Amino acid sequence: MARTLFDKIWDAHVVDRLEDGTCVLYIDRHLVHEVTSPQAFEGLRMAGRGVRRVDATIAVVDHNVPTDADRLKGINEPESKLQIETLEQNVKAFDVPYFPISDARQGIVHVIGPEQGISLPGMTIVCGDSHTSTHGAMGALAFGIGTSEVEHVLATQTLLQKPAKNMLVRVDGVLPAGCTGKDIVLAIIGKIGTAGGNGHVIEFAGEAIRALDMAGRLSVCNMSIEAGARAGLIAPDETTFAYVKGRPYAPQGADFDAAVAYWKTLPSDEGAQYDKVVVLDAAQIVPQVTWGTNPEAVIPVTGTVPNPADEADEAKRAQMERMLSYMALEPGQKIAGTPVDVVFIGSCTNSRIEDLRAAAAVAKGRHVAAGVRALVVPGSGLVKRQAEDEGVAQALIDAGFEWREAGCSMCLGMNPDKLTPGQRCASTSNRNFEGRQGPGGRTHLVSPAMAAAAAVTGVLTDVRELV
Amino acid sequence: MDRFTLLTAIAAPLNVANIDTDMIIPARFLKTIKRTGLGVSLFANIRYNADGSEKPDFVLNQPKYRKAEILVAGDNFGCGSSREHAPWALLDFGIRCVIAPGFADIFFNNCFKNGILPIALPEAVVAKLMEDAALGTNARLTVDLENQMVVRPDGSKIPFEVDPFRKHCLLNGLDDIGLTLEHTAAIAAYEAKIPAWQPKIHGA
Repeated sequence: MARTLFDKIWDAHVVDRLEDGTCVLYIDRHLVHEVTSPQAFEGLRMAGRGVRRVDATIAVVDHNVPTDADRLKGINEPESKLQIETLEQNVKAFDVPYFPISDARQGIVHVIGPEQGISLPGMTIVCGDSHTSTHGAMGALAFGIGTSEVEHVLATQTLLQKPAKNMLVRVDGVLPAGCTGKDIVLAIIGKIGTAGGNGHVIEFAGEAIRALDMAGRLSVCNMSIEAGARAGLIAPDETTFAYVKGRPYAPQGADFDAAVAYWKTLPSDEGAQYDKVVVLDAAQIVPQVTWGTNPEAVIPVTGTVPNPADEADEAKRAQMERMLSYMALEPGQKIAGTPVDVVFIGSCTNSRIEDLRAAAAVAKGRHVAAGVRALVVPGSGLVKRQAEDEGVAQALIDAGFEWREAGCSMCLGMNPDKLTPGQRCASTSNRNFEGRQGPGGRTHLVSPAMAAAAAVTGVLTDVRELV
Repeated sequence: MDRFTLLTAIAAPLNVANIDTDMIIPARFLKTIKRTGLGVSLFANIRYNADGSEKPDFVLNQPKYRKAEILVAGDNFGCGSSREHAPWALLDFGIRCVIAPGFADIFFNNCFKNGILPIALPEAVVAKLMEDAALGTNARLTVDLENQMVVRPDGSKIPFEVDPFRKHCLLNGLDDIGLTLEHTAAIAAYEAKIPAWQPKIHGA
C-alpha cells in the first residue's frame, strides 16, 4: 500500500503494539532543556532509574538564559539560576551530553539540533517543548512532549503513542519577492485555523515549499504546532542532504552515503492517501502580520483589521472584540502604519543566519526609528559568530539594533527580555498570545524582513516598499 | 498518579475558545523545579489584577466555584505549549476533569499522565453542560469513567469516548513507565537493529 512520509517514519519506529493499537514508539533523539526537565530527572531519581541512552540525548539551556554580554558573570534572577543549576546537576549526575552557555554551540534547542546534525531525516525526535515540530523540516517526525513523557523517554527511549492522521498542505507556485517561509506558514494558519491540524501530522509539499532553503522550511515546520498539528514534515531532498553533509553529529563518509540512500526512500509514495488536503497558491501570498492574540488572527500587511460586527458566530465575535481590546486596535484600521515600541528578531522560528541576513539587508543604510527598541538575538553562539564574520552583525549594529547572545529571549517572557504592559512589538517569534512576551505586551508576528522594516520606520510596514 | 474513577463535583463554566497554555499558566511561573504549588498561579493573567488582587468576575474567584473540580470550557482548550505545568496547575487547584468541544493534542495527552480526565463532546452538548455549570453550587455533575458517562443534575446521561488504554491507566492510577518497561526485551531487540550509520552523541 502507498504510504506517506509520516507512515514510513512511524512504521520504522514501532517497537511493539498494544491490543488497542497504542504503539511503543522508539525515539532516536531526545533534546532536553532546563524548563521541562527538572521534574523528569527527579522522577528518575525517585524510582531509581537511569537514562537509557545518553548517546541519543542532548541538553542545553535556552529558555531562562539572559542574552546580555555579561551573562557569563552569573545569572541574577534566583529562580532562573536554580533551574539552570538544576539542569547542570542533572546532566552531570546522569552523564547527559550538554552545551552550557560558555560553549559557542549553546543556543535555542530547535536551532542547535539541525545545526549540529543531531536532528536527521527519518528520525523520531522529541523535546519537552511544543516547537519541536521545527525539526520536521529535516524530514524527521518531531514533536513536543510534556514532562511525564520526558521522563518516559529518558527511562525507556520510547513513548506510548497512537498514530496521528495524515494531512497534506500543498503550496503551489512561486512565492513573490518579499515573502518568506514565515509568511507561508502564517497564511496557512490563517486559512486552516489554530485547531486546523489537531490530531494530524501535516506534510508540507508543493513547489513553493521545495524552493525554500532549510531556514525557511524550519520556520514553516516550527509553526505547525500553531495550527494544532502534532508535527510538521517536509520530505528530505537534495536541499536537505546538502544541509546535513559535514555537520558535526551527522554521519560522515560512507555512513553519509548509506544514510542518504535510506533517506531517499522516505518521501511519500505516489498515490499515498491523506485524511485532509489543503492547497494554497504561493503567488497570492503577501507579507503577513497578526492583528490578534492567536496566530490565526492574521492578515496581509496591505489589509485592514477585521470588524467583529461582520462575524455571525457569537462566541467568535466576542473573542474578536476581546482581541481588539487587548491589542488596542480599531476595526477597519489599516494594519500598516501602526506604531511599534519594540522589534524582536529571534526565536526558534527566525533566528538562523538566513533570517539575520534578511533583516540586515533591510536595515543596511537605514536606522532604527527614534523611540523604538530593536533586539536581534541569534539562535545559537555559532549563528552569532557567523553573522559577525559575514558583517551581518555590524550592519545591524550600525543601524541601531541591539546585538545579543543566543537564547529564547523575548519570545516567551521567562528571562530578562520582556515587554512591559502596553508595549507593542513586531516580533519574528511564533506566539502572539496575551502576555506571551510579558504581561500586557502586544505582539504582531511577522517575518525577519518585515520586523526590520518596522524597526527602521517605527511602524508596521510593507517591506516590499523598502527593497 | 491518583486514580480517576467516579467524580461528583461542582463544574465551573469558562466559555472561551482557544484557552491557550500561556493563559492557563503564564511562562513566568514555569521556573519551578517542582510539580506542585502551581494552583495559585492557575490562569494568573485573567484571574488577578496587576497588583495581585483577585478579579471578582473571573469564574474561579466566585465563591460558588472556588471548590470546582470540573471545568467546562470552549473549543481547542490547551492550545500552545507542551508545558505540563498546565495540567499541574489545574490539578493543584483541584480540577480533575475538563470538558470541552476539543483539545489541543499535547495538553490532552499531558492530562492523562496526571490523573486528569479530558472529555471531548460535541459543541451542543458542551453548551448544555455549560448551562448546568452556570447553576454553581446548586448543581453537580458526575463523571463516571468506568461507564463513560457524564450525569447531568437532572439525571440525564451523556456518553463519552475515551481511549481504552488511557482509561485503564486512569482507573488504576498506573505509571506508564512501569508498563513500558515490560517491553524492555523488544526495545533492546529494536536497538540491536538500528543501522550502523546512525551517529551517537558523544562528548558534547
